[in-house]
Amino acid sequence: MPITYTSGEQVEVYRFSIPVTVGVPLLALFVQVFVPLRFPKFAVYFDLPLLVTIFFAMARRNPISGLLTGGVIGLAQDMLGHNPIGLYGISKTIVGYGASSLGAKLDVENVGARFLVTLGFYLVHAAVYFTVARGLVSLNLNWSWSRGVFAGLANAALGVVLYFFLDKFKQRT
Amino acid sequence: MESVLGRYRNLIILVGVLFLQVLGLAVQVKRGPSAGEGTRLIRVWAVGAITPFERSLIWVENGGSTLWHNYFYLRGVRAENRELKAQIEQMRLEQVRLSEDAAQARRLQSLLAFKEQYIQKTVAAQVIGSSGSDLSRIIYIDKGEHDGLKRDMAVITANGIVGKVLLVYPSVAQVLLISDQSSGVGAILEKSRLQGVLRGTPNGEVVLERVMSDETVPQGETVLTSGGDQIFPKGLPVGTVTHVGNGKDLFLNIKVKPAADLSKLEEVLVLVEKQERQAVADDSAREKAADILAQRLPGVPDKPADAAAATPGAESAPAADKTAPNTKVAGNPAVAGPKATGDSAATSAPLKSATPKPATPQSKPAPATASKPAAKSPAMPPPTAPQPSGDDANPH
Repeated sequence: MPITYTSGEQVEVYRFSIPVTVGVPLLALFVQVFVPLRFPKFAVYFDLPLLVTIFFAMARRNPISGLLTGGVIGLAQDMLGHNPIGLYGISKTIVGYGASSLGAKLDVENVGARFLVTLGFYLVHAAVYFTVARGLVSLNLNWSWSRGVFAGLANAALGVVLYFFLDKFKQRT
Repeated sequence: MESVLGRYRNLIILVGVLFLQVLGLAVQVKRGPSAGEGTRLIRVWAVGAITPFERSLIWVENGGSTLWHNYFYLRGVRAENRELKAQIEQMRLEQVRLSEDAAQARRLQSLLAFKEQYIQKTVAAQVIGSSGSDLSRIIYIDKGEHDGLKRDMAVITANGIVGKVLLVYPSVAQVLLISDQSSGVGAILEKSRLQGVLRGTPNGEVVLERVMSDETVPQGETVLTSGGDQIFPKGLPVGTVTHVGNGKDLFLNIKVKPAADLSKLEEVLVLVEKQERQAVADDSAREKAADILAQRLPGVPDKPADAAAATPGAESAPAADKTAPNTKVAGNPAVAGPKATGDSAATSAPLKSATPKPATPQSKPAPATASKPAAKSPAMPPPTAPQPSGDDANPH
């Protein structure tokens, strides 16, 4: 039974099998690029690779593994677009690091905490992406709080459901 | 020192990883547009890992859809068939008018020694994926280098332009949509002939830039490609103007609704070969709209058989004429038979077959160029023009 106390010494650390570690991010990327062909708004409001990054980071509770997971997933996402490689990579590296650091300190096993953490990290991700894209790459982007919060809520709701299923793949260390 | 490194190990690694990525970004930004080619090798891994699954899923989806639509769900096909036939009739009339206009344009262009771009060869491709991000409006198609695709080839649908090929992999290609903010297409307004540059916006809209604010652009005006970008041939439909407002720097802010539905693309055409050649006027005889109309309109009412027999010279008219429903009006065999005209012609045929055809000394097979006088005549079949040619006797 996972311990959901906030003490760093008592929190449960999980690991995942290699097929899950490789397959789940790949599946998330696949769904992310395929579903918009039928539902174009999906790409506007949902970011499945981000949810997978947050989940793995929070479950492993290891900042280095979190940032590497986020970095790899983000770079793979960059490779599927046409913008310079590294925009999603940087954003998801920071999110992976933050989520795993938070997971090591806070109880992130219950639905409410997961919802809030996902919402928060979605906004962090959007803000980092926006800053890097405008500051480094000079992309012409517009920041919209309403869209950001709405997409954050949508991702958080989807994340709670997704984490429930991904919990089945957890293995205790 | 070691304790400091140990204490901030995670943070140091984070900074290191971020630094490497920022460095990579900086290199790509410095290289500019050619960076796409530089990162091609890296991108091909991700594309290679994802696209086989997309292809498989599309294949299964198409198979299921074909099975359902072609074998199970055939309700209303007869009615639809009737409607389509009627539509074809209408379109044939329209086509004749347009071909006349086109011929006239070609004649004028040849006079002015204009050069035109023709679409020589296209490759049909299936859309199999997207970038998965609204900040990178691209699609993936299932054709690549093996199919002759190259960078900067135009991608279109029957409705309008879609985008251009950005990166080409062995069996997949990445297409930049016209709604992406990094795209640019030379465009011209159909009626006012004002030229501008079509660009995407961060929120996925398409705008026409560089049109001066003192110009008048009505809503609903059609936007076409101007050919100025050397990617899209001139005259392809782009979209329609949906909103006109004042923009910045003395230019209008013109929003355009793309003619092709960019959010629901399934199949596209890639223009793999264009040819530029001088316009040549084609002076061969063409079918006029009036000719076709004349065939469909009812003729003079029936005369009694004995009256027809009593008409001088009636016996010289071939007997086959009585059974030839669609007597040619202007000697254009291409449209004379009921096969070419469809149901509506068949229904009007009895009226025409009974039209009296007095044989006159001038009765002979009408030459191909006879269409011109006929076009000037009213849209009714001339009752005194018998067509005793063998073609007429055999409607097929």
